[in-house]
Amino acid sequence: MTNHHATAEILSEPLSLQRRALSALMMGLTYLLFLVAIIPLGSLLYTIVSQGLPRFSWNVFFHIPAPIGEAGLIDGFGNAIQGSLMVLAVACIISIPVGLLAAIYMAEFGRNSKTAHVIRFVTQVLSAVPSVVVGVFAYGVIVFTPAIEIGGVLLKPKGFSAVAAGVALAVLMVPIIALTAEESLKLVANAQRLGSMALGGSRFQTTFKVVIPQSMAGITTGVLLALSRAAGETAPLLFTAFFTQNWPTGFDHPTPTLPVLIYNFSQSAYTSQNEMAWTAAMVLVALVLLASLVSRLAVRKSFR
Amino acid sequence: MNDPQLETTPSETEELTLSQTKSGRLEPAPEPNELVTAMKVRDLSFYYGTFKAIEGINIDIYEGQVTAMIGPSGCGKSTFIKVLNRISELEGQVKVEGTVEFFGQNIYDPKVNLNRLRRQIGMVFQKPNPFPISIYDNVAYGIRLFGRKPKVEMDEIVETALKSAALWGEVKDKLNKSALGLSGGQQQRLCIARALAVKPKVLLMDEPCSALDPIATMKVEELIESLRHEFTIAIVTHNMQQASRVSSYTAFFSTDESRVGHLVEFGPTSQIFLQAKHPRTREYIEGRFG
Ligand SMILES: Nc1ncnc2c1ncn2[C@@H]1O[C@H](COP(=O)(O)OP(=O)(O)OP(=O)(O)O)[C@@H](O)[C@H]1O
Ligand SMILES: [Mg+2]
Repeated sequence: MTNHHATAEILSEPLSLQRRALSALMMGLTYLLFLVAIIPLGSLLYTIVSQGLPRFSWNVFFHIPAPIGEAGLIDGFGNAIQGSLMVLAVACIISIPVGLLAAIYMAEFGRNSKTAHVIRFVTQVLSAVPSVVVGVFAYGVIVFTPAIEIGGVLLKPKGFSAVAAGVALAVLMVPIIALTAEESLKLVANAQRLGSMALGGSRFQTTFKVVIPQSMAGITTGVLLALSRAAGETAPLLFTAFFTQNWPTGFDHPTPTLPVLIYNFSQSAYTSQNEMAWTAAMVLVALVLLASLVSRLAVRKSFR
Repeated sequence: MNDPQLETTPSETEELTLSQTKSGRLEPAPEPNELVTAMKVRDLSFYYGTFKAIEGINIDIYEGQVTAMIGPSGCGKSTFIKVLNRISELEGQVKVEGTVEFFGQNIYDPKVNLNRLRRQIGMVFQKPNPFPISIYDNVAYGIRLFGRKPKVEMDEIVETALKSAALWGEVKDKLNKSALGLSGGQQQRLCIARALAVKPKVLLMDEPCSALDPIATMKVEELIESLRHEFTIAIVTHNMQQASRVSSYTAFFSTDESRVGHLVEFGPTSQIFLQAKHPRTREYIEGRFG
């Protein structure tokens, strides 16, 4: 009886004032820091939308920038959106296979091997290279050197082009994709690999049928991270894609892109162009968010 | 195709099935000379890096029998069982000395096709490890690794495997649901079904019941009982009752002073449990150490 009594008392006894005060203080601190952490994001989004929305209309997707001083023309930057998509497409075609294969090697086939350590180290170094430097590299290797043509197929154009820009962005994307994909492959429990191998599965089958499907969400996140970083890069594009006021004329020609347009227009002496830069920034952010939303939904659908 | 023996079915098994009955408690096992050796292990030592985990193991795993491995924790039972299907090689820098023969063929011969070998020597792990896909796909996984089969045929294989794992009744209405929705015991039986589906000759089980409650354990034991005529089974267990209930042969492992695992005694289960030759075995079985 007494025992029960004592237990009940312990349970109902309030925590000491000190501990409750400390708890409240810590809680408050947590909320405060959370607010501090989202202030930059919130104010950034607010500024972009509030500055960009006034000039926004669906026309911006379908028209090229109106020449200054010509009244009555519809203003837009559809050419830069199209050019950005072209450059990013080239970058993805190069960086996704390279990055994923590197990740698969580091996490599966060459796990713990010397080669894997070297690759990881080199990848980390690459991820720390400033994007300007990558731009100059692409300029020296792709823009500046003669065109390569094999059997009538143009592999590498000379001069500013979407291809050169895609290569530069791919160099920035590969390390992000490789390192995040490696991490998410490593998160798959080893018991899953053993389960597959114990049934007679080869390493190849185990990797592609068991491990990769289970890390698809993480891999997608990595690709998106790389893509959103690349989508906003400006410096490498100045050296590679350059810019035009017109619609892109092919992967082997100078190509307008959103970041360079924003850069040029925000420096412009004309307020109309300054305002359009904000609108372009808003569209760029919206496109990146949209891409990440859509692919996340797609991954969740197909892999539970 | 370069290992014909890894594919052939050894025939002479008729006389083996005589001695075991359903109640099967400590019944006399068949004499070794009547038995076909499924796996013959000679002078086996195994190293993790430079650490010698087991040494000098000699043992015959007889076809159509259940062989139990018992012994104190850390004596190398798991290590030993993983050597038998060469899954231990996936744990990094390891070294194997001695020979392991699977129906007369050395499985450590460089010519051996590991995928084919592991298909012949299935394994059930301590913790259930179903793939996060549907129940059906889990069972079909092993078959699909070696080529496509028509749907009707695959359905039949899946059903047979689930039935022999005593799981069919519980899952037949939700074959397309995720395997992760099953209980721990059901998951373990699913893993057994998955291993049975590829029709291995030998089934290795490493403490298959340690994560299960008594009822699920009983179900798995009944399952082993029913499988013992069709498959050769080697099972690691910490549960003496379990070893005596399900096995006809028992191997007792223990470590020496330098923490290296040895096979202390191997023989018919009744002999190990009732009149063990080695004092350490008697002590362990009577619960005086380990
Ligand atoms: N992957 C590994 N790397 C290095 N040493 C290992 C590894 N796995 C096991 N060992 C060591 O090998 C010895 C035998 O381990 P093992 O897992 O085979 O024991 P066990 O008999 O199965 O024990 P338990 O009954 O606790 O499962 C132990 O000393 C253990 O520390
Ligand atoms: Mg073990």
